[in-house]
Amino acid sequence: MSVHPTTSRFKDNVHEALSDQRLQGALTFARNFIGRRAAAVERLPEFDALRDSARAIKDHTLAHLDLYLEAYEKKVLSLGGHVHWARDAAEARKIVIDLCKAKGAKAVTKGKSMISEEIGLNDALEAEGIEAIETDLGEYIIQLRGEAPSHIIAPAIHVTARDIEQEFRKAHKDLPASRDLSEPEQLLGEARKILRDKFLSADIGVTGANFLVAETGASIVVTNEGNADLTQILPNVHIVVASVEKIVPTLNDAAQILRVLARSATGQDMSVYTTLSAGPKRPGDPDGPEEYHVVILDNGRSAMLGGEFEDMLRCIRCGACMNHCPVYHAIGGHAYGWVYPGPMGAVLTPSLIGVKEGGALPNASTFCGRCEAVCPMRIPLPNMMRHWREREFERHLPPARQRFALALWAFFAKRPTLYRLATSPAMRALHFAGRSRGRFAWLPFAGGWTNARDFAAPQGATFQSRWRAKSGAVQ
Amino acid sequence: MSSREAIFASIRRALHVAGGEAPRREIVAERLAAAPVGVIPARGQGDAEARLKTFAAEADRAQASVATVAEAADVPKEIARFLREHNLPAHLRMGDDPLLAAMPWSATALEIAHGPSDGHDLNAVTAAFAGIAETGTVALLSGPDNPTTLNFLPDNAIVVLPADRVEGAIEGVFKRLRETFGPGGGPRTVNLVTGPSRSADIEQTLLLGAHGPRRLHIVIVKESFGSTH
Repeated sequence: MSVHPTTSRFKDNVHEALSDQRLQGALTFARNFIGRRAAAVERLPEFDALRDSARAIKDHTLAHLDLYLEAYEKKVLSLGGHVHWARDAAEARKIVIDLCKAKGAKAVTKGKSMISEEIGLNDALEAEGIEAIETDLGEYIIQLRGEAPSHIIAPAIHVTARDIEQEFRKAHKDLPASRDLSEPEQLLGEARKILRDKFLSADIGVTGANFLVAETGASIVVTNEGNADLTQILPNVHIVVASVEKIVPTLNDAAQILRVLARSATGQDMSVYTTLSAGPKRPGDPDGPEEYHVVILDNGRSAMLGGEFEDMLRCIRCGACMNHCPVYHAIGGHAYGWVYPGPMGAVLTPSLIGVKEGGALPNASTFCGRCEAVCPMRIPLPNMMRHWREREFERHLPPARQRFALALWAFFAKRPTLYRLATSPAMRALHFAGRSRGRFAWLPFAGGWTNARDFAAPQGATFQSRWRAKSGAVQ
Repeated sequence: MSSREAIFASIRRALHVAGGEAPRREIVAERLAAAPVGVIPARGQGDAEARLKTFAAEADRAQASVATVAEAADVPKEIARFLREHNLPAHLRMGDDPLLAAMPWSATALEIAHGPSDGHDLNAVTAAFAGIAETGTVALLSGPDNPTTLNFLPDNAIVVLPADRVEGAIEGVFKRLRETFGPGGGPRTVNLVTGPSRSADIEQTLLLGAHGPRRLHIVIVKESFGSTH
């Protein structure tokens, strides 16, 4: 699913999403995150200082990325773990599949991992006859539905409880048809029971990582369910898939970022389970994996270093940008067409799959700036979306009509006197034409706007003339 | 060129470095050795009494329950009371942590089992390596005497936390780790647990007991032990 992006059909995806009544109903839940984050931030006076600290840590780490990766690798090896390097998605898939084959694995449990989505691991495992079981409740639900996640921390946010009931009745055929699944508790209870057996019988567990710590060689994974823990302590082999920029120097550095992560994501002060895993189980340990493997993925990230999109490598995948994005609220995550939705997806997707495929996404922004305002890592998301728009324009990717309209506007915008001469009569004319109703239900060349809503009639003067009158500025 | 070499070459090309530069290596080595502490929120700070108070309040916010007993000998009684209160069977699984091993379990009617869980235990008790006042978090370490499965498989997780192991912030736990295991060292698994397992994946409704424990009960012991790890 996730390896075949539909990002190039973004416009069609948007139209479908906007007219999907069921989806529009489910999307109202995405707005709950806003108040929760605000409350958590309110409780922590040091929040902004922590954001600065977190940002500085990532910037320092990226400037020394090669050396911290070396130190991390050395530490993992010294603990008896294995480190594998993957240039791209295909290499990463092959590493995991070869490990599964070597162990004769038939069933693989998985903790939620965006990198696993990025490399399309589930499909690759299934193609080899290996059962891949998502264990995060949201991921399990969308796996049953054959979908990609629509949100990076709430993958099934587009699904209603009734959809889940239907899905469970279809998938869990061994259970009595008469059972009651009307309450969310009952749905959770059923998933818990089914997945408990899968946890206990899996051959290999695959998790992602929120951090790789150079100081101790530990991978850190954060969950609320505890599924990443059952995934890694029950099977004999624990495989971590993570990308190069997940590295931090020390545990104390991870602590700074952890403090902004959960608050920005779910509005919790700290997620329920923060787990540090270093190497395989130690001599005498009564449980834990016999083998520990880390697959470190590049997939285009090293090429972002030192360029205008380097700031994006600070992203910690909290989802705050999409939780606060009016575009995401309107269309949900699937319309973005690949793994990463919302503002962070609009910036990252063209970097990872190319501007030709993903170039439409950075246009899906009103530049309202809420994403940057809430980003715990202070990533200038609107600025970077503008960079992408410029690149898309330079490469002549937008349609000719759009390019012509922009060029026409630019011609006037660069000539203020001409601009004023053209706009003030136009405003007066529109004011005159719309004076009776104060709005237009139809305007020539503006069908894209007026098809869905009225266009407010101008009040007669231009913004510039009113500004001059108000401030008495010399111009 | 191996994938490893290709990735390092690509990173170094972007950073305009060769990798061997001594000043960069020094900066990295120093940071790894010093592990500088960043911004520490005031919330968890204060004397031992203040930290305990904050710990209990924050654990409560995270939907854990907290009980305080005077000495280690009172712990079995408190756990028996907790199980009765929730109508749970008087069965309890635990590892061989010396802190727990020294407690008078036979003074209660609790039926005790030892070792890792196979997924069929209702209740387990573990000993915390440390606590974090700032967030009401307990730190649990894997080791020969401390099976990690006990933290996740049973429905009811009970954690014994000596009061003198309650740190203000998470950095205090990491300091204890360095002191106990040496620089850069530690056990296979460190579980930092803040409240019982939960999920909000169904219509954003918060439900407890997603895959891990439905209840987390923390028993704070006032008696002084020092670090036993």
